Amino acid sequence: MGRFNLVYKPFGNQAILVEWPKKIDAEIQEDVWFFKNLIKEFSVKSKLEVIAAYNSITIIYKSTIDNVYSEISVLKSLYKGENSVVVRDRKLWEVPVCYHPDLAPDLYSLSASKNLTLEHIESLHTGSKYTVSFIGFLPGFLYLSGLNDLLYTPRKSSPAKQITAGSVAIGDRQTGIYPMNSPGGWQIIGNSPLNFFDVNAKNPCFAAPGDGIKFVSVSIEEHREIKRQVADKAYLINYQISND
Amino acid sequence: MIEVINPGFYSTVQDQGRYGFAHLGVPFSGAMDKASANLANNIVGNNYHEAVIELTIIGGVFRFGCETVISISGADMKPVLNEIPVSLNKRITVKKNDILKFSVAQTGCRTYLAVAGGIQSPKILSSRSMFLPVTHCSKLNRGDMLSIKSFEQTPTKYFSKIKNLDFTKNELQTYPGPEFENLSSHQKKLLEATKFTISNLNNRMGYQLNELIENNVNPIITSAVLPGTVQLTPGGKLIVLMRDAQTTGGYPRVLQLSDDAINLLAQKKTSDLVSFSIIKQNQT
Repeated sequence: MGRFNLVYKPFGNQAILVEWPKKIDAEIQEDVWFFKNLIKEFSVKSKLEVIAAYNSITIIYKSTIDNVYSEISVLKSLYKGENSVVVRDRKLWEVPVCYHPDLAPDLYSLSASKNLTLEHIESLHTGSKYTVSFIGFLPGFLYLSGLNDLLYTPRKSSPAKQITAGSVAIGDRQTGIYPMNSPGGWQIIGNSPLNFFDVNAKNPCFAAPGDGIKFVSVSIEEHREIKRQVADKAYLINYQISND
Repeated sequence: MIEVINPGFYSTVQDQGRYGFAHLGVPFSGAMDKASANLANNIVGNNYHEAVIELTIIGGVFRFGCETVISISGADMKPVLNEIPVSLNKRITVKKNDILKFSVAQTGCRTYLAVAGGIQSPKILSSRSMFLPVTHCSKLNRGDMLSIKSFEQTPTKYFSKIKNLDFTKNELQTYPGPEFENLSSHQKKLLEATKFTISNLNNRMGYQLNELIENNVNPIITSAVLPGTVQLTPGGKLIVLMRDAQTTGGYPRVLQLSDDAINLLAQKKTSDLVSFSIIKQNQT
């Protein structure tokens, strides 16, 4: 297929970085996933990891790449070839989020800087259907695209020392959820009671790249109740199949 | 069994790392200084992928529940077995109830304790490397009991010729990172000419450096980062990512350390000086 002009760069001596045009774009994202699946299906030997993001794929090899140019030409012909891959079903997940200021330390400052009411921020954030672009940064951290441009907010200039697990945040043009307590530079606007990384589950992350996420506003009481059910493993996350 | 009587400052079980889960955001982890960990494994006759104990800056106190063979490599923490000094990089036979004590690292920062057959802590997502929340704890705690394999007499005739690892070197071999070309020639020169001081923000995730590089480079669209990636923050700080680093990031990736350089940096501590030497590499 090969619809874009890709740039191939060595990334140290054990990895190759493939880059698409520098933007967050649904068409580019689909092409990234397509190429990622091709690499995984047709050229697995000596490759340790394939990390796909918005507009890039990083291929990590088991050992030093002897001849980076021959590896790059293998990748180039794979991209240009006529191969196809089977895609799995995509799911649209319903993720409960509480937008109460008690659970959202940056909500007031965001409201002031954007000149938007708390209710308006909430309705803009729940109003979009997001796509899981990739999982990165921390185990189970979902990078979601599809944020309403009224909510675009730069990252903090210095990261907060401790962000609470479940925090729903905005960083630039992206929104995401901190799966565990960690430092972080995004603006926190809510909290989800779900567990986004369960090492004991067959799939440690319930959502996969390509899946959709819909945020559903819940009260602080509902948040507490769902959190309890999640801890008891009694909460089933709603989803529907959406191959649109 | 090995009983952790005192875990020291920061001790973990580490193997070669956790591969195949980076697409879920799971870091690679693994021994910070793989060269020293491999050496310790080699001396007791282990395969290099066996798990070892990594000690940081101040070692701990360990009691052995059975007879076995051990070796200690990496930083010299003046180990004593039942109060008698023992050498680094040697096969040491320990008996049931022997107590191994470490003190403060003299040169270097991290010490590796290998046991014949390897530490048998649970493998989670295909690795024994400790990393919260993949493993239950981020480090060893007082009273932890670590399973080891029952000792089988291995031939003692063979020996390893030890090339002493030199932790006093401070030049880090690096490749240009993906965004290196976005730097001005002045910034590139500074990167190579500056002696950087390691800040007190250094751990298994990354090492921050004190000296600033004036930064006007745009952030990038979030993309993969690797152990050894050197990021330039908007404030001009350099962060060298280490084995527990996140899998993706949005700061420009200006340099990429070689694996040897990651091993060497893992032996540096707060206030130590390092410099970067850039290996020229062509791009397509």
